[in-house]
Amino acid sequence: METIIEPKMPKVWRKETKPHKFCPGCGHPLVLKVLGEAIEELEIQERTVFGCDIGCSLLAWDFFNVDSVQTHHGRTTPVITGIKRANSNLIGIAYMGDGGGYAIGSQHLVNAAARNEKITVILVNNTIYAMTGGQMAPTTLPNQKTETSPYGREIEATGYPTLGPEMVSAITQEGAYIARGTVANLRQLKKFIKNALENQVNGNGFSFVEALSLCPTNWRTNAEETWKFVEDEMTKYFKVGELKTPGKKEEA
Amino acid sequence: MVTKPIEGEKRAFMTGNEVVAWAALAAGADIMYGYPITPQNEIMHYWIRLAPKYDKNFLQTEDEISAGFTCVGGVMAGKKAFTATAGPGNILMQESMTMAEMMRIPTVLVVCQRGGPSTATVIYSQQEVTLTCFGGNGEGFRIVYSTSGQQDLFDYTIKAFNTAWKYRFPTFVLGDGYQAKMRESVTIYDPEVRGIKMIEPEPFVGKAGMPALDRDPAHYRNTYNLEEELYEVVTAMAKEFEQIAPELVEYQEFETEDCEVLILAHGVVSRAVRGAVEALRAQGIKAGHFRPITLRPFPAEQLKQTVQKAKKVLVVESAVGQLEKIIKQSTYGVTTPMTNYFRPGEGITVEEVVEEVVEEVKKLV
Ligand SMILES: Cc1ncc(C[n+]2csc(CCOP(=O)(O)OP(=O)(O)O)c2C)c(N)n1
Ligand code: SF4
Repeated sequence: METIIEPKMPKVWRKETKPHKFCPGCGHPLVLKVLGEAIEELEIQERTVFGCDIGCSLLAWDFFNVDSVQTHHGRTTPVITGIKRANSNLIGIAYMGDGGGYAIGSQHLVNAAARNEKITVILVNNTIYAMTGGQMAPTTLPNQKTETSPYGREIEATGYPTLGPEMVSAITQEGAYIARGTVANLRQLKKFIKNALENQVNGNGFSFVEALSLCPTNWRTNAEETWKFVEDEMTKYFKVGELKTPGKKEEA
Repeated sequence: MVTKPIEGEKRAFMTGNEVVAWAALAAGADIMYGYPITPQNEIMHYWIRLAPKYDKNFLQTEDEISAGFTCVGGVMAGKKAFTATAGPGNILMQESMTMAEMMRIPTVLVVCQRGGPSTATVIYSQQEVTLTCFGGNGEGFRIVYSTSGQQDLFDYTIKAFNTAWKYRFPTFVLGDGYQAKMRESVTIYDPEVRGIKMIEPEPFVGKAGMPALDRDPAHYRNTYNLEEELYEVVTAMAKEFEQIAPELVEYQEFETEDCEVLILAHGVVSRAVRGAVEALRAQGIKAGHFRPITLRPFPAEQLKQTVQKAKKVLVVESAVGQLEKIIKQSTYGVTTPMTNYFRPGEGITVEEVVEEVVEEVKKLV
């Protein structure tokens, strides 16, 4: 007799909305998986408000058994800020792509960080605008081909990729938590996300995690090349690790 | 902590901006999210000075996009949140207001119109009517009160919070820079003494109980996978908006019973028109005035009836036909001849209206 092994899903996962709507091989569900586990382990499900952006992150609007709001492209940070300012007991998570965080919504990210808003921003860096079909993003790597850089991103013409956590680190004060993780090291990414949430639970200050992620659909890569890109190419430019933790000053 | 900002009723001599701040307090608003733009700045200034005394909050955001979206967030968290803006700020806030519209978030936005297009001037204007009434992408399901002075600003700011929370459509108080900056007498009051019961806000997210265990998780979205899904949502909303419109529409009529020349105007211009009606009547000209207070939904039926009684209609506004457009659409089929007197971005006096009407009457005979 065949036995079907049901995958064990965390309680915060909303079974009714699974299987999820992301493409096969996408990095978003990996980030969401560890985010879900972190929420569960910190026992904050009851008071978490999850905000997601336009971009592929919107596919997570009903992903969890937590209260959620899906908002406009780039506007997740102010929506979560508004919620948190109105009810400080809630744990506000703003979940977005690199386009949402570093391009259209960058003024919100910069100012929320500078004001030390007590929210957690999780930004998924897949080096492109995925949902709109693979255009160049602020994080597109030098020479990377996208729909709007078909011959490869020219640094002369378009500048260097945005180093988000480094920027946020430069403009935040004590109490902030900043890290860059990768879906290629899920255990570590989970630790960073958990730390970022714990920072909010402790009422310290702004917390920000960038997650290096995968978009095989728009990268047009097979499994092997996808992982090679995220593990080897992306990490040459985007250094993984904690950049700022509360209490501990930035290393000089 | 003092709880009641206003005890009973009081006479005051205030600017419109000060009136709005007091009205928001009297209405039990909890938090203002704001970004400076003239002519509404003092709403923020007064609010933030008064806020700590009544345990209220304020956040100055990085721009109006953020002020609008944080306001939506504040309302979702269950607080009576509001914001105020004008001109180019009103444009930036439309993005968040379209979200509030689709998600039925009861935001309150006070608009102190300034003269546009572009940066333009800061005081006199009725050039934000189209933008405020119909917004950007979407169908413009919202409620817009056009005020004509300090008393209106007080009454309708209070009302806006109740309208928003009762009907759950974004609600706008449409004033202008002139009202915002001028000082005049006003009666401010605790809504309770007038028998106005303020609606208690409720959270959309962060309600008591464990999601999925004690209750369903709240999942708000403004993106739809299928055209059919969106069609259903918008059609249902359109139907509901149409159904509640009769409860919402407000207007005033002056001397319209036997009027031959009907003058249409809204907001502060309505005051010049009222003065003109009196002066014209004294000269033996049968003038009357219809003032829509809700510009959205619009008192179309009532206006149609009154327009049909007149021989001539004159639309007076401090814009190039933004109100006229709504009027023409609302009175479709009525054949009473209609002319206009437009002063985009300028004030309109009693004398000008009288002169205009006298000219029109000459053409009648
Ligand atoms: C104001 C506005 N401009 C443009 C768009 C179109 N748009 C939708 S998703 C998207 C890009 C999303 O990219 P990113 O934030 O990197 O997220 P990803 O899809 O890669 O996860 C854009 C430009 C929009 N929805 N709203
Ligand atoms: S397009 Fe890319 S980022 Fe979006 S769901 Fe598919 S794989 Fe994921």
